[in-house]
Amino acid sequence: MKSASLLDSRERQIHRKGKLPIEIDCNTASLAGAVSQRACVFCGSRVVLYPIADALHLVHGPIGCAVYTWDIRGALSSGPEIHRLSFSTDLQEMDVIFGGEPKLAAALEELIDRHAPKAAFVYSTCIVGLIGDDLEAVCSKISRDKGIPVLPVQSEGFKGNKRAGYEAACNAMARLVGSGDISGISRYSINILGDFNLAGEIWLIRDYFARIGIEVVANITGDGRVADIQRAHGAALNVVQCSGATMELATMMEERYQIPCLRVSYFGVEDMAEALYSVARHFGEPLLLEKAAALVKAELESLLPELGRYQEELRGKKAAIYVGGAFKAFSLVKAFRLIGMDVVMVGSQTGTTRDYEELAEITDDGTIIVDDANPLELVSFIREKEVDLFVGGVKERPIAYKLGVAFCDHNHERKEMLAGFQGMLNFAREVYASVMSPVWQFVPRRAEEGAS
Amino acid sequence: MTKTANFTSTTNACKLCKPLGASLAFRGVEGCVPFLHGSQGCATYMRRYIISHFNEPIDIASSSLGEKHAIYGGAANLKLGLKNVTAKYAPQIIGVATTCLTETIGDNVPMILDAYQAEFGGEDAPQVVHVSTPSYTGTHMEGFHAATTALVDQLTRPAVKHDAINLLSGFISTADIRYLQEVCQDFELKTTILPDYSASLDGQALNDYPLIPEGGTPLAAIRTMGGARATIELGATLPDHSAGTLLEQRYQTRLHRTALPIGIRATDAFVELLVTLSGNPVAERYSSARGRLIDAMVDGHKYISGKRAVVFGEEDLVVGLTSFLAEIGIRPVLCASGGHSGKFEQGVNAALEGIDCGLPLVREDVDFFDIEQLAQELEVDLVVGHSKGYAFARRMDIPLIRVGFPIHDRVGGQRILHLGYHGAQLLFDTITNALIAKKQGDSAVGYSYM
Repeated sequence: MKSASLLDSRERQIHRKGKLPIEIDCNTASLAGAVSQRACVFCGSRVVLYPIADALHLVHGPIGCAVYTWDIRGALSSGPEIHRLSFSTDLQEMDVIFGGEPKLAAALEELIDRHAPKAAFVYSTCIVGLIGDDLEAVCSKISRDKGIPVLPVQSEGFKGNKRAGYEAACNAMARLVGSGDISGISRYSINILGDFNLAGEIWLIRDYFARIGIEVVANITGDGRVADIQRAHGAALNVVQCSGATMELATMMEERYQIPCLRVSYFGVEDMAEALYSVARHFGEPLLLEKAAALVKAELESLLPELGRYQEELRGKKAAIYVGGAFKAFSLVKAFRLIGMDVVMVGSQTGTTRDYEELAEITDDGTIIVDDANPLELVSFIREKEVDLFVGGVKERPIAYKLGVAFCDHNHERKEMLAGFQGMLNFAREVYASVMSPVWQFVPRRAEEGAS
Repeated sequence: MTKTANFTSTTNACKLCKPLGASLAFRGVEGCVPFLHGSQGCATYMRRYIISHFNEPIDIASSSLGEKHAIYGGAANLKLGLKNVTAKYAPQIIGVATTCLTETIGDNVPMILDAYQAEFGGEDAPQVVHVSTPSYTGTHMEGFHAATTALVDQLTRPAVKHDAINLLSGFISTADIRYLQEVCQDFELKTTILPDYSASLDGQALNDYPLIPEGGTPLAAIRTMGGARATIELGATLPDHSAGTLLEQRYQTRLHRTALPIGIRATDAFVELLVTLSGNPVAERYSSARGRLIDAMVDGHKYISGKRAVVFGEEDLVVGLTSFLAEIGIRPVLCASGGHSGKFEQGVNAALEGIDCGLPLVREDVDFFDIEQLAQELEVDLVVGHSKGYAFARRMDIPLIRVGFPIHDRVGGQRILHLGYHGAQLLFDTITNALIAKKQGDSAVGYSYM
């Protein structure tokens, strides 16, 4: 059987932690024919805006783009669920030839009448960028007619990578911010950016903030509401997770409304605690910090003994990480350390030079650091490092399983809560449940090891 | 008029896009890497969608076009992509399907490939098959058929007459393909099944990750399909121009078209065809399975008699399932598909001929918004179709019998057997038990007897 090899032109996107300083190419276009795990600009916009539950999300294009993003995120809503429907203009050949504007206008009118959303996002796809439909004009006309914001999202698939899609999503949201009433907002108030309420995570995080006396103005975008985003400029601080996805919006709000921002992560005990502390510290109010400390102490008291049980069993097992955004990789490296596991490979689809430098700082010697990997590379790393557990998304899962390696889903499709203190325990449980399953003794790789 | 009302927008589509069907068909050829000429997202989205059903790796390469390619043409990236795929995967074939993007910018793929072959072709170079699949015309089924036709069109050569038959089996499950292989073997018919993703999309646990998964229709077998004794092409709503008609026109290979063998009568017709083609009698394995199926249908008929079903999905699959439901006494009241072959209603009506169950509403080119609206008015007891019908079945509080593609909310979707007497037996038990379970669950008493 032929096995995997690297393409020469990919070598500069792979680094092995050692004596040499890290030098890695990233944020470049994917190599043709390399079977990148990345998606496109549209995907980036769609995943960021998806959880805004009372908005209409209309994909202007042929059917594929809409149908592959129907109900794909485990992003929960406490109220309306318009976001879970998949709307498309389903462009046909005649629309491509004569232009899709009339169909877009008619579709918007029809859907707004049917669902009474608080706003509508209209996603541009590859083909719309080519046939030159004037989204801006159609959207502003419908917006006037229907009396709700109708926002074009410039997410033509070919105009860059997922990161460009994040930017397009932030630009669309930026048009909402600033139009709501901000009276009565506490001076200890924040917006949560970059949590998507997978499995209800943002409810947990909001609860933590409530317990230390901090008001959350807008969820951006988990369990998101248009009206909240419209008054997001009333918050005193932007707390940004998943910086790739929503940082643009935070930057814009800093420029326009002088709202400072903090980067945090809610994954893992250390990062979760630090997120609460840093927000409390920002406001400089001793009482907030005291409450944060008390909260962390209470949570850890119940969490750590339980975690200890998993630690014992998992100590020394090897983990590989391949995720979309690098922030998650940082937290995962720390989370694995907490449960005694060694990270031997870590990579992301959209990391920046700074992200990779930071990863190089916090990982052990010999760790492979990779940007925009593909299945064959991932396979070669998993085999070389004799990995016990792989963390990734749906596209990485069959790679791990085919090779007889345990797997933890840490992507936006997941239905398990992995954020916060409770999430750390769920994470340990999930890792344990997969790594310690008896099925591995039957897979060829382990069966051979057992025989030799 | 085919829609329930003249809605402009589509909500929760009951179809997928054309390149996805083409990618699946290409995955059913030995040593083939599917390749999408377009932006990176298409390949990645389709991989995710396919993986979630098959739980198998599927590498689909992409020419990863960016903005400047959209303006100046994608030729350079297509060639670079082919070179990289060749270097990395050492494929025998690369199956190139176009996307909306490259169709609209007007890339002339055959010409680009000719230039590529002139420059890089050679004895060791992979064959490159191309198919035009802009998703603004047709659905994944058109893509699937177009890719199958392209394979036959571009790979077959005039061949010496031989004993084998061609079986163009359509978009069926991996278990279905394995079943067809066994049936043909039992009839001692040498058969080329195209496409055959029974192993490549339902493989075994491995020690190493293969560059290209094992299995698939061998290239050599495709090349000589023109020399086969006959072609069987399965489906009741097939396009007028297909791989089967092409083989008949170009090589005079006799074409037999018959519906997917789902349920008793369609399987009888298929088996009869195999008897004729092979000259062999029906093996005991099948006559006894048929007998047991009928016995089971009698045993279970009262639990399902007169129940009303919505059936949705690909047109050929819906026609087959509708035929079977009518045979077991369930009344199909709505047959729906996102496809629009123009042959759907005729296919459904033909499948119901001779069974007194009344004609269902037949709707092509509909989405799940339409289907749910219609279903609400029809007093429905069960829904038969893939996972994407779950949302409305849940709202209506009726069971969803999972068949076809995609099955994203259960394990083993790829292993569902629909075809033959054996498939009908499984479907019968699943459907009947779902209705019994519904009644049992809803009952205040909860008997442990039926």
